[in-house]
Formats: sequence, structure tokens, C-alpha cells
Amino acid sequence: MRKQLRLSGSGGQGVITAAIIFAEAAVKEGKEAVQSQSYGPEARGGASKSEVIIDDAPIYHPHVQQPDLVLALTQKAAEKYYGDLHEDGILVLDEDLVPEPPKFKNTIRIPITKLAVEQVGKSLFANIVALGALVRITGLVDFETIKSSVAKRVPPHTVEKNMQALQVGWDAAGKAVK
Amino acid sequence: MTEARLMQGNEACAEGAIAAGVSFFGGYPITPSTEIAEGMAKMLPAIGGKFVQMEDEIASMGVVLGASLAGKKALTASSGPGISLKQELIGYAACAEIPVVIVNVQRVGPSTGQPTAPSQGDVMQARWGTHGDHPMIALSPWSVREAYDAAVMAVNYSERFRTPVILLMDEIIGHLREKVVLPEAKDIKIYPRRKPACSRAEGYQPYTPDKDLVPNVANFGEGYHIHVTGLIHDETGFPVGSPKITEEAIDRLHQKIEIARDEITHTEEYFMDDAEYAVIAFGGTARTAYEAVKNARAKGQKVGMVRLMTIWPFADKIVKALAAKVKGILVAELNYGQLVHEVERAVAGKCDVQLCAKYNMEIFEPQEIESGIDKLCAGGKD
Repeated sequence: MRKQLRLSGSGGQGVITAAIIFAEAAVKEGKEAVQSQSYGPEARGGASKSEVIIDDAPIYHPHVQQPDLVLALTQKAAEKYYGDLHEDGILVLDEDLVPEPPKFKNTIRIPITKLAVEQVGKSLFANIVALGALVRITGLVDFETIKSSVAKRVPPHTVEKNMQALQVGWDAAGKAVK
Repeated sequence: MTEARLMQGNEACAEGAIAAGVSFFGGYPITPSTEIAEGMAKMLPAIGGKFVQMEDEIASMGVVLGASLAGKKALTASSGPGISLKQELIGYAACAEIPVVIVNVQRVGPSTGQPTAPSQGDVMQARWGTHGDHPMIALSPWSVREAYDAAVMAVNYSERFRTPVILLMDEIIGHLREKVVLPEAKDIKIYPRRKPACSRAEGYQPYTPDKDLVPNVANFGEGYHIHVTGLIHDETGFPVGSPKITEEAIDRLHQKIEIARDEITHTEEYFMDDAEYAVIAFGGTARTAYEAVKNARAKGQKVGMVRLMTIWPFADKIVKALAAKVKGILVAELNYGQLVHEVERAVAGKCDVQLCAKYNMEIFEPQEIESGIDKLCAGGKD
């Protein structure tokens, strides 16, 4: 079954890295996966979007056509990227950075960046907190698989903090969808 | 088989080049090609190779030619603005018969254009970007795995024919990450650097063509006297102002590729068995075209697809045969219309040819190519 995810925010929030790790975990579980991205010329601050398609069959057209899930870490990204979301899809928002959530049926609001700062120590971990939440919400890959994919991608001295970030995201998603 | 992994097109290109024996990279970073330079910078020192970031793209092209003449398989990578700067020395490599691979990860032009956005607008530049009569080989992969294979192939062709080869990637494939399984090292065929067959005492001349019309030019520093020039030269390598030598030299440059043309023209067909119409596409766009053709088939339209992996030399024979078989051909390309002219030339009025073009920073959606197919099947009417 094809699943299409779009992760969005502003440059520097790490949505591209999160998407790569998600796709890597899917490949590790034997699935087909493609990941693409679009961003402006600036290194920080411009709109940033990354897409992941996961399927059992080969994937040709590489971009998401109708997302099953959109993650937005800024107000601007939420407004720009949720429009074509499938009507049964899920919109996941950073509760504080998207103060005016678009009106969408299945919206999950999680204080992603706030949790990263308060529970992991830095806003830098927001993307991994988000990743932990997405794994729980979608159920597309195993939590253990995502842990090993994160551990492989991040600098060795940050593995422990990143594992903590994953767990914080996982727990927060559990609370939010209850 | 190696383990499945998630890999980026640019990363695969760098790994493929190394697998083919590239041990020298000279370049200057530019989006969307930079990951190739990054990959080379990471991998080359570990295998005793050299990575040099030069002051600009012209110097980058010069340094890879120097490395190649000194016996190293050499690669450079850039995008539109950088590829434009490299053109003079690409011509030099064609004339002086220096093996080298130039990767162009295409982005929107002209000029600085749209730095991070996909395009396939350098089809004609790849063929005619440098001045004068010269042959050209250009390959365009449609997947991450094929970016790896095409890099190996490009290096092999550059060595075999002693000619510049352009690996004509696009941002779609360059930046795409997908699941790949790479071949085992032992299954990769490598064309070694050509060597002189005799010594100076036995009358060796660097530009005497071998049976396949390609000269066995000795590497610098291996005991031979070599003169390299972008002037038309005879077999000694020294310039000659003779009409006869000039004609022979330009003939041979073309003929060495022409006699191997069928072998280096790689194309693939999909859904073509009973097809009455065909889509021609290449690179990243071919993935969307495939999706569109699949959808059209589901709607009952008798349409197939021919994908060109070799862009230059153009697949004349394949397209001519296709024109005799189908009622119409749709060329889908991410530019204002370039390859379509070659298709029209090869088709020579034998069937309808239509263009599906896009040049607005975005890749095709399957529906756009499906509309093109609808129009094609309706004989050009909306």
C-alpha cells in the first residue's frame, strides 16, 4: 500500500534529515522508498519541504501527489503545504509554531519544539521529536528500526540525546491521539 | 548482491565513478551537483586519490584534463552556469582526445536561472556547447541505481574512445533518494587506460589510430615524448596546416564514435507490444512519463514508452523504426522543446510528433503527460 508523507518547515529545522531517516528505516524493513526535497537558495530560513513515498511496489513518479500525512513546523509551511492533503489524511502541527491551525478534520497538535527544548535540551532536536511522533502516528515503520536509523545518521556523541528525543516524540504522540 | 540502502542520485554518481577507477576530482561546488564533489572529497583521500577544489569551473576543467593526461581517470561535476564555463576545454578534450567525464546536474537556466530547481534544458548544450565539428557522448540516468551504472559507463566510454563524455543528470535524479542495491565490485567491467603498443625506438607516434580508430596516447611521465594541442594535428601530435590532414582528423574524431554507435545507444521500451502511440522521455521525466503511460493503458489507450538513456549520439535508428510502427509520438521533456527537434528529424514526417514541455521550476505531474497522450491519440486535437 502506497503511503505519502510531506514534512515541512523552514530551512534549518531539520525536516529533510527527518525525511531521509524515515525513508532509510522503511528501506531497512524491506520496503520501497523514495525521498525528495525542495528548498530555496538560502541555507537557513527559507521554506523547506521534504517528501517520502513508501510502497511495496516500485515507485516511478518521485513526488507526492496527495499526501496521507503533512507535518508542519511553521505557520507558513502549514498554510502552504496542507492544501492537497487526502480527506482522510492527518495534519500534524507544532502546537506553538503554528498558532493558527488550518481548519482540517484530523489535526494533531504537539508542542514539538517546546518539548525538544524542555525535555531534550535544545530546539535542534525538534526534528527527531517530530520523527518519534510520526512513527507512532503512522505505524509505517517499527520504533526499533527508526532508533537504529537515527543512531546511524547522527553524530556519535549525540546518539543518546537523539534516542531521548525519539522517545519524547513517541510519548507525546501517544498522549495527543488519545 | 550488496545490501539494499537508501542512496541519493549524486551520491550514486560519485560512487559509480570511483568504482570505474576515477582517482581524481577537480571541481567547484554548485547546486544541484554539490553532493558529487562532497562524495568525492570524502572517498578519494581514503583510496589514495586526489580531490581539488579549484578557484572556478574553468580551472576545474583544466585540472581534470591535466590529471587525465598524467594517467588518472578524472571527473568534474557542475550545473548550467559552470558547464557553460567549461565549454572551451571540453572542445580541447575532444580535439586532443583526452578521456574525461563531465557531470552536468541540470537546473533551470539560462544563466544563473533557478539555482535549486529541476530542468532538462541542457540537451543541446551537451551536444553543441563547444564550437566546431566534434562528436559527443551524453548519458541520462532515470534512477539512482542507473546514476551509478551511467557513471561507470561514462568513465568507460571516455577511456575507450578517448573523448569527453557528459553525464547529463537532472536535479530530479541528482537529489532523489531511493532504495538501491548496487552491483558487486567483481561484476563491474572497467575499461583500462589505453597503452602504447610499441616503444619510441619502434616508431611510436601518440596519435596513430588503433584498429578501432582511437589512438593509444601515452600518459605523461611514462617515458614517451608527447605533444598535446587543441590545434588540428597529425599522428605526431604536432599541428599541421594541411587540408588533407584536417579533413582526416575531423573524420576520424567522428568515425571512432560512429562505428560503435549501435553499441553505445542505450534505450528501453515499456508497454510497446501493441502500442499505436509512444511517449519518448529521458532522465527524471521518464519516471513521470512511465506513470502516465501506465495510467493511459489502464484507460484502454494503446500507448507505450521509449526511454532514451543515451541522449548523444541520438537514437536515430530506434526512433526511425518507432515512426514506422506508431501513429504518433509525444516527446515529454522538462524544457521549452529541445530533444523534440531530433525526434522530428529522425521521424522525417513518417508519423505525428508532438511536444509536452514544461519549464516552470516544477517537475511534470503524471496528469500533464496524460493530457498530452489524450491529445496525441485524438490526432492533435484537444
